[in-house]
Amino acid sequence: MALSRLASSSSSGSNFLKPLSSALSFTPSLRRPISSAADDSTTLTIETSVPFTSHRCDVPSRTVDTTPKELMTFFRDMALMRRMEIAADSLYKAKLIRGFCHLYDGQEAVAIGMEAAITKKDCIITAYRDHCTFLGRGGTLLQVFSELMGRQGGCSKGKGGSMHFYKKDAGFYGGHGIVGAQVPLGCGLAFGQKYSKDETVTFALYGDGAANQGQLFEALNISALWDLPAILVCENNHYGMGTAEWRAAKSPSYYKRGDYVPGLKVDGMDVFAVKQACKFAKEHALKNGPIILEMDTYRYHGHSMSDPGSTYRTRDEISGVRQERDPIERIRKLIFAHDLATEKELKDIEKEVRKEVDEAIAKAKESPMPEPSELFTNIYVKGYGAESFGADRKEVRTVLP
Amino acid sequence: MGLRRFGRLVKWVGGNGRRPFSTSSSSSCDEMMVQQIASGKSLNLYSAINQALHIALETDPRAYVFGEDVSFGGVFRCTTGLADRFGKQRVFNTPLCEQGIVGFGIGLAAMGNQAVAEIQFADYIFPAFDQACIPSTAKFRYRSGNQFNCGGLTIRSPYGAVGHGGHYHSQSPEAFFCHAPGIKVVIPRSPRQAKGLLLSCIRDPNPVVFFEPKWLYRLSVEEVPEHDYMLPLSEAEIIREGNDITLVGWGAQLSIMEQACKDAEKDGISCELIDLRTLLPWDKDTVEASVRKTGRLLISHEAPVTGGFGAEISASIVERCFLRASTTPVARVCGLDTPFPLVFEPFYMPNKNKILDAIKSTVNY
Repeated sequence: MALSRLASSSSSGSNFLKPLSSALSFTPSLRRPISSAADDSTTLTIETSVPFTSHRCDVPSRTVDTTPKELMTFFRDMALMRRMEIAADSLYKAKLIRGFCHLYDGQEAVAIGMEAAITKKDCIITAYRDHCTFLGRGGTLLQVFSELMGRQGGCSKGKGGSMHFYKKDAGFYGGHGIVGAQVPLGCGLAFGQKYSKDETVTFALYGDGAANQGQLFEALNISALWDLPAILVCENNHYGMGTAEWRAAKSPSYYKRGDYVPGLKVDGMDVFAVKQACKFAKEHALKNGPIILEMDTYRYHGHSMSDPGSTYRTRDEISGVRQERDPIERIRKLIFAHDLATEKELKDIEKEVRKEVDEAIAKAKESPMPEPSELFTNIYVKGYGAESFGADRKEVRTVLP
Repeated sequence: MGLRRFGRLVKWVGGNGRRPFSTSSSSSCDEMMVQQIASGKSLNLYSAINQALHIALETDPRAYVFGEDVSFGGVFRCTTGLADRFGKQRVFNTPLCEQGIVGFGIGLAAMGNQAVAEIQFADYIFPAFDQACIPSTAKFRYRSGNQFNCGGLTIRSPYGAVGHGGHYHSQSPEAFFCHAPGIKVVIPRSPRQAKGLLLSCIRDPNPVVFFEPKWLYRLSVEEVPEHDYMLPLSEAEIIREGNDITLVGWGAQLSIMEQACKDAEKDGISCELIDLRTLLPWDKDTVEASVRKTGRLLISHEAPVTGGFGAEISASIVERCFLRASTTPVARVCGLDTPFPLVFEPFYMPNKNKILDAIKSTVNY
């Protein structure tokens, strides 16, 4: 039974600080004077924080090319996501957001790095921690906050809420409420892509908690059997709700859990490592079929808004990760190291971002609630004769729009 | 809205003097005792469940409690303190795998243990529904010719609306389970009921699905006897006597129905309110006797009306009372036939006014 494990492995608890010290291994020869920061096309070469670890596949190079422009964009986008999630926290506490709400702060590098390596023709499907993934796919702050507050201006017309963000034109298939259930769906998307032959892939995201769901392995087997271009991305934030990974998984090496399916372990707090891994995975998937990417990451908030996030882990652990591995701070240091911006310039960006978020919230609050008739729409296809009944089931009866 | 529910609930669970328990032939000794001892501790629903779990683990060394996050108390604090008291060998967290949790519970129960499995929200029970809940749980005894059973299994799960739960934290899936002969489905309405019914469920030699109204976890407070007591399964309870119409419900919905009964009384309509308590197998006799007296029936539940358990009650009572007592169509005031909505929850819910309207139109039919 699972019990002996509980007792014996307490020592293997938190090792989150491991990949930290080597955080900043840039190439000093590329240090440039501030004046050249304007030259966006300069190529900078950056080494990822830690080497990748692979299972049944080659290891991508640790050296990643980037540009000053990309670095600055990464900083801004991640700061925006961070600010958005913190604002969502306040809105939830003010009861302006109802329903359940799961925040992504800490994990921003995964969403950003992934987007940097792929196109909007590639598909992404994720679970309920979906705000930032949606933003990464090109969603707007206004759509995010409107949806969170259940307004018409939301990406799902206010009918979905926090866990149900979608963006069809950018291949974002949501936003799913049941742990692990989105992964087989993602494999279905990949099956469709294999037919369409347009060299696109699907990234199916799930957490370390979902990694123990049976349907994941069912879907993985199918994908491997038919060489589907499916990339399973395990966002390992080390806690499945309130249960530490080692309490829930016999092997927390999620990149190896596919057995016959290759896998790669990635520092999910390093946006460049994520980018490199996703690029590698896409090439691999198009040629050889599915691959698992385990992103070693961390969520600063609790699992959901009802979880303070401090009963099953120590405050020291959280602040340690913040200090040592924070994805935004890593980029900030890289920017300084390459003299691309001053401290003040970055602070100004953060101020701008804060303003942008506040404005979006104000605007979202003006968006009206959905019309009451929307309660009955989108249940069946319009015009196919389905009826809905009111409370008395006799008099209040309507053909579904 | 939640607070209103609470206020009413306390009233009707508190003042036990006027309630007609003595006339109810179904009351067991245990139940009588519970009524007499009004001097328990004042507890809310989750604490009452916590107390029941303490007693279950205390009185049976072969009882186990497990599920997602239960060892640190669970999301609703129902399992607080159990792991400290009884050890991690008996109270433990599982990985996030509902099918695994229930399947594991079946195996544990088949070895003669009392397995109390928690599914964190009833909305998450469907992965377990597939393999474990229905085919294995319900039919284990039948298909093995009584060699094996998983009667020691009790699946606890919070169900129902909570005011702002949205699509995946609000559903009431009880009707799905009522289609599986072999399991029992039980839903309590208050702390005292929850403690007694849960202990009965754990000790019942059949697998039971026990849905807890999460809206009431903190809101519903009443005196709960501290000792070990059980309330009978498959016995409905008349919690308010009346002559004009019979109202049947369960769980959190009863407090709403109670409010409607009180408002109807002001208009001179005398309502009889029945808490079904066990949905499968359900107490047809009590409901039938009541409908024979009042001649009218109203059923209310949060789940969508079509295919809801209200349909089963309606059909059964019409079969039994068609010519003798039922003088008006059966009224069902339930959730709408839509997915459980987020911002439209107030429209979706079978609230007091909807019930009151239905009471009036049925009585004045």
